[in-house]
Amino acid sequence: MITFEDVVKVYPGGSTAVDHLSLELPTGRLTALVGPSGCGKTTSLRMINRMVTPTSGRILIDGEDVAERDEAALRRGIGYVIQHAGLFPHRTVLDNVATVPVLLGKTRREARAAALELLERVGLSADFAKRYPAQLSGGQQQRVGVARALAADPPIMLMDEPFSAVDPVVREQLHREFLRLQEDLGKTIALVTHDIDEAIKLGDRVAVFRTSGRLAQVGTPRELLAAPADDFVAEFVGRDRGLRGLSFDSAAGLPVRPVDGLLLDDAGRPVGWPGDDGPRDTGGTFTKDDSLRVVADLAIRSPVGIAVRVGPDGAADGLVSHHDLADYLAGRRS
Amino acid sequence: MNLSYLLDPAHWELGAPYSIPTLILAHLGYTVLALLIGTVVALPVGLYIGHTGRGSFLAINAGNAGRSLPTLGLLMLLVTLLGLGLLPVLIALTVLVIPPILTSTYAGMRSLDHRVVDAARGMGMRSWQVLTRVELPMALPVLMGGFRSAALQVVATATVAAAVGLSGLGRLLIDGLAVNDYSRVLAGAIVVAVLAVLVDLFLALVQRWIVSPGLKGIE
Amino acid sequence: MIEYLRNNADTVWLALQEHVWLALLPVLFGFVIALPVGYLGVRFPVLYHPLVNTCGVLYSIPSLALFVFLPVVLGTKVLSPVNIVVALTIYTVALLARTVADGLRSVDPVVVQAATAMGYRRVRRLTGVELPMALPVILAGLRVATVSNISLVSVGALIGIGGLGQLFTRGFQLFYIEPILVGIVLSVLLAGLADLIIVLVQRAVTPWTRAV
Repeated sequence: MITFEDVVKVYPGGSTAVDHLSLELPTGRLTALVGPSGCGKTTSLRMINRMVTPTSGRILIDGEDVAERDEAALRRGIGYVIQHAGLFPHRTVLDNVATVPVLLGKTRREARAAALELLERVGLSADFAKRYPAQLSGGQQQRVGVARALAADPPIMLMDEPFSAVDPVVREQLHREFLRLQEDLGKTIALVTHDIDEAIKLGDRVAVFRTSGRLAQVGTPRELLAAPADDFVAEFVGRDRGLRGLSFDSAAGLPVRPVDGLLLDDAGRPVGWPGDDGPRDTGGTFTKDDSLRVVADLAIRSPVGIAVRVGPDGAADGLVSHHDLADYLAGRRS
Repeated sequence: MNLSYLLDPAHWELGAPYSIPTLILAHLGYTVLALLIGTVVALPVGLYIGHTGRGSFLAINAGNAGRSLPTLGLLMLLVTLLGLGLLPVLIALTVLVIPPILTSTYAGMRSLDHRVVDAARGMGMRSWQVLTRVELPMALPVLMGGFRSAALQVVATATVAAAVGLSGLGRLLIDGLAVNDYSRVLAGAIVVAVLAVLVDLFLALVQRWIVSPGLKGIE
Repeated sequence: MIEYLRNNADTVWLALQEHVWLALLPVLFGFVIALPVGYLGVRFPVLYHPLVNTCGVLYSIPSLALFVFLPVVLGTKVLSPVNIVVALTIYTVALLARTVADGLRSVDPVVVQAATAMGYRRVRRLTGVELPMALPVILAGLRVATVSNISLVSVGALIGIGGLGQLFTRGFQLFYIEPILVGIVLSVLLAGLADLIIVLVQRAVTPWTRAV
């Protein structure tokens, strides 16, 4: 567990970056630090591995004050991922990943062998090992950045805007892979982002910072969406937080109507809604595992206002109109 | 004006006191020693200034200050003070090479992507490791650029050693001029220019060898 | 030093004057020639690398050799100052042509496209947009050329015309450091002054570079 105890950081010149922060980041969980620029989230993150020294207060890792540990040794035990990955341009991908194990005294050969496995783990084939960072796309660089941080198998990872330099499609993919990885590894992670969507999606807990370094609220994503502590948090999580909240509700309990009026192929899979110029695309389908947000999205986008549910075999097994969904939500509330 | 002096085999006899190979050797000797001493002095200072950011005023202005010092005047002053010998030539030429090496080392260190340096520190490299494993290798392309221009300058300028009675390819220029033997002057000019090109080619090879392929702007 | 200056004021003054125009005339000529040459290296990209390489080779010719050679090539007298002016002009062009090309290449292509989109034709765009934006780089090159010219002029003393360089050879022959010191100090001061003037001009003509 990482604990901030009444931490203050005032930069020379007098600007307060972090203002009396007390916060716990539970072991094995991902805590997202989110807030507008200049809110002190990055400064807070960088105080954990002593890249920044607090003006007052303490930061403890499992009860031990980081200020009492050797700087370099502390950092070698903490994975560090930054925006644009910060890869060493003069080293191959493989040697980038092997950096910390080598610093810790492993032979280059051992470190490289382990690095090769890690590359695969983050979804990069062995072909990439001998390349240089300049030869990779932004998304690939970011994967190498994650692999490099994981190389010495540190229990803690600090991630500063790790996914914000890539385009939305790639980011989506990296998010999925990263969540899967974290499910396996169970690291204690502090992740800084300015993107509330990312924080809600990745964070087990979300800490919302407001400008000039004060913590506004900390809680699970659901708590944040359901009960924002004040106007600032409500504004920050957004006007559409009701819709966002649906992300946490499964579509499993949602009643459906029988399939009717939908064009199907021989296997019962949806082809489209009948139209004057041939079938009109349904705009996608959902399953019982999807969230209510997906259903709402489909119903709104559908040409006829109806979302199509499919079973495991891909055959359509139910329909939900946006009226049905509204009724369901209204019924649930009362 | 003709090439007769340059093409006369008698002037190429190895080991003869005034032969072209002997003069080349002396010329290269001045050049290499000056570059070596200059690097030993300027590189650590440039790295220190670039790494810490302290004293950048010195590094930025060293270039133009160094260029403004007339090497011929400095050399004649040193010979007058210290007497004839290798020392005055080496001092004068070293003073010539320090500014470009210092300035380019500093410029190379300043041109680094600070995020990469941040990552290196964040991964637990100590200050010395950040310098030798990350900053220096990344600064090498710019640094080598400065070193190569210093080398070119010193090859061309080492000719002034002859003006104070020392050896080197300047002898062909000074002596040829003294006896109105333009063929000899031409030989001197050609050999110096060719030597400069060869030295630069050699350094280009060294640069290819020591600079990581990752820094060569591969798309 | 002061006493030497007092006793030889006329000689030193003449040497200084000669030094100034021997150094600065080539800067002027070189600048005027380098502008179009450097532009060609940008306008026709195939010419860029040959241009850079030629400049590099020209710059590596020892000044002494050039001073000695030009009379033979140009048919001037050995003691003619024209040799020094032409030789230093060649160095200035070698240095500045590349700088001009690099300066023009450093201009943000987005700005050039914006200018084109607003209807600038090639020549107006060059004089109104690209050159001003390349000016900081070009003027930095001009500083280098000016300062090194001022220090190179003195090498001319070895062939009998070298402004303050003559104080070096005189002192060296007489085994007397005063004139050498005076020559060095004046040469460095002159270079510093010229450098300062260019910096001030640069600040005056590129106010936007200080806006950040």
